[in-house]
Amino acid sequence: MIARRIAGYIVLTSAALIFLYPLLWMALLSFKPQDEAGTFVAWSGHFTFANYVAVLHAIPITRALANSLFVASATTLSVVVFSALTGYALARLQFAGRNVIFAIVLATMALPFQLTLIPLYELIVKFGWTDTYLALIAPNAISALGVLIFRQTFLSIPKELIEAARMEGASEVQILTRIFLPISLPAVVTAGILTFMNSWNDVLWPIIVIRKQEMMTLPQLVVAFSAGGQADGLPGQQFAAAMFVVAPILVAYLLFQRYFIASMASSGIKG
Amino acid sequence: MRVRGTNVGLLFSLPYLVFIALFIVYPVGFALYLVFVRWDLIAAPQYVGLGNLRYLLSDAEFWQALLNTLIFLCVNVPLQIVAALLIAIALAQPIALRGFFRAAFFVPVVISVAVVSLLWQQVYNTDTGLLNTLIRAIGLPAVPWLTNPHVAMPAIAGMVAWKNVGLYVLFFLSGILSVPAQLYEAAKLEGASPWDEFWLVTVPLVRPAMFLVVVLSTIAGFNLFIEPYVMTGGGPLDSTLSVVLYMYKHAFSFLDMGYAATIGVALAAIMLVVVTIERRLIDEPTV
Repeated sequence: MIARRIAGYIVLTSAALIFLYPLLWMALLSFKPQDEAGTFVAWSGHFTFANYVAVLHAIPITRALANSLFVASATTLSVVVFSALTGYALARLQFAGRNVIFAIVLATMALPFQLTLIPLYELIVKFGWTDTYLALIAPNAISALGVLIFRQTFLSIPKELIEAARMEGASEVQILTRIFLPISLPAVVTAGILTFMNSWNDVLWPIIVIRKQEMMTLPQLVVAFSAGGQADGLPGQQFAAAMFVVAPILVAYLLFQRYFIASMASSGIKG
Repeated sequence: MRVRGTNVGLLFSLPYLVFIALFIVYPVGFALYLVFVRWDLIAAPQYVGLGNLRYLLSDAEFWQALLNTLIFLCVNVPLQIVAALLIAIALAQPIALRGFFRAAFFVPVVISVAVVSLLWQQVYNTDTGLLNTLIRAIGLPAVPWLTNPHVAMPAIAGMVAWKNVGLYVLFFLSGILSVPAQLYEAAKLEGASPWDEFWLVTVPLVRPAMFLVVVLSTIAGFNLFIEPYVMTGGGPLDSTLSVVLYMYKHAFSFLDMGYAATIGVALAAIMLVVVTIERRLIDEPTV
């Protein structure tokens, strides 16, 4: 038993090192002078902000930060609002076509994005939406997973609650916003975290619909800067740029760790 | 001002229906149409019949990309299962700092794949990389991680495992913790070795989690794009060219929308077949 527990600690400690050390290395390297890159030990005697200053001069990274914050927030708000509406209709309203809509929700969950990527781009071009926020937000404005999460949660709320509220003359919108949403905060948090994180971290879709530098999202700009040749052979600057992407989500993760882990775990089980 | 009766439901679902029509139904239909045309986004599409499909079947680069995906999966899936299961078993014991460890393994999961790719491009750097500095320090020769065509794809598969294992640990952990402790007690009383215990008690009970991990990693493997886009551009010698990267090149470098859509449709179909086979193999009890 003791031997087993020691083996357990060895596995866990080495795994923790493997998962965390590269990230620490990246963070510290972003503060190191260029000529000190390329060592296993990340510590340095002379930490500097030089890489950050260079990045701020080279690319509009604060603009990209604002773009990403806006796009991720707007997408998250939209997903929560519309998924809650649809989820409520599917869970607690009787209407013709309800089962058909639910079947569509389930079917679209399994739809691979490769199938629609090219036509979706063509649609954005047709709408004249390239290089706009709309191109980034609209195609992600509702998620099938979000609808499912809300439907499941709302199904667990007793019917009597709605009937009582309807008796009092409450409209369906009032029932949803005053009664259902406040007691479904975990669902809001789950859908919110998943959507915000996916939007914040996504690069493929921005690369396809955004070309203008000042409209780029943060990870997209960082990729364009680092892989586009501008920061070739300058890992310190690449990592400084990357830290702009990592720091906000990492802070959010450290603050709301339990919710992050629970949300991701549930997404896999439902997906 | 209460809207009455059955129409409220439709009204509430209306945004979703508009969304589905615009961003899912129309694109799927248009994708199927594009399979039969040649189109550069500018001139009128030109009907080519089965031309795109015929070209796909004889397109060596497409099959190379598919083979690369297979190589990726052969390294990535077993690596993730072994690592995640090992970590989950260790975590399932009464251990101090369980919360810390679980949170630590999860950090790469929340970080953008763009950043992970940039980081590992440096970790894998032949001369100055984290990995080779370590390898040289213990007296072994440096490995050309991303510049040798035989090593590059497995290296990317290892990186993706590093990013995702934290999530898969959770799936296995919830499977293992759902095993009643008495089952292990009983196994021990029957004189089962830890090895028997693992195969006879743990493995059957984590089967649903195993299925989930295999399917999610398969989908992730077929979705591979940013990693080669950032780290290798598909090289060396097309060895890390993924199907999505190949599709991207046809759409945006060669402006061949019809063929790019054909690649997308074919990939979606292949994915469906592979996931169905996996479901048959793992999801049902073998007894």
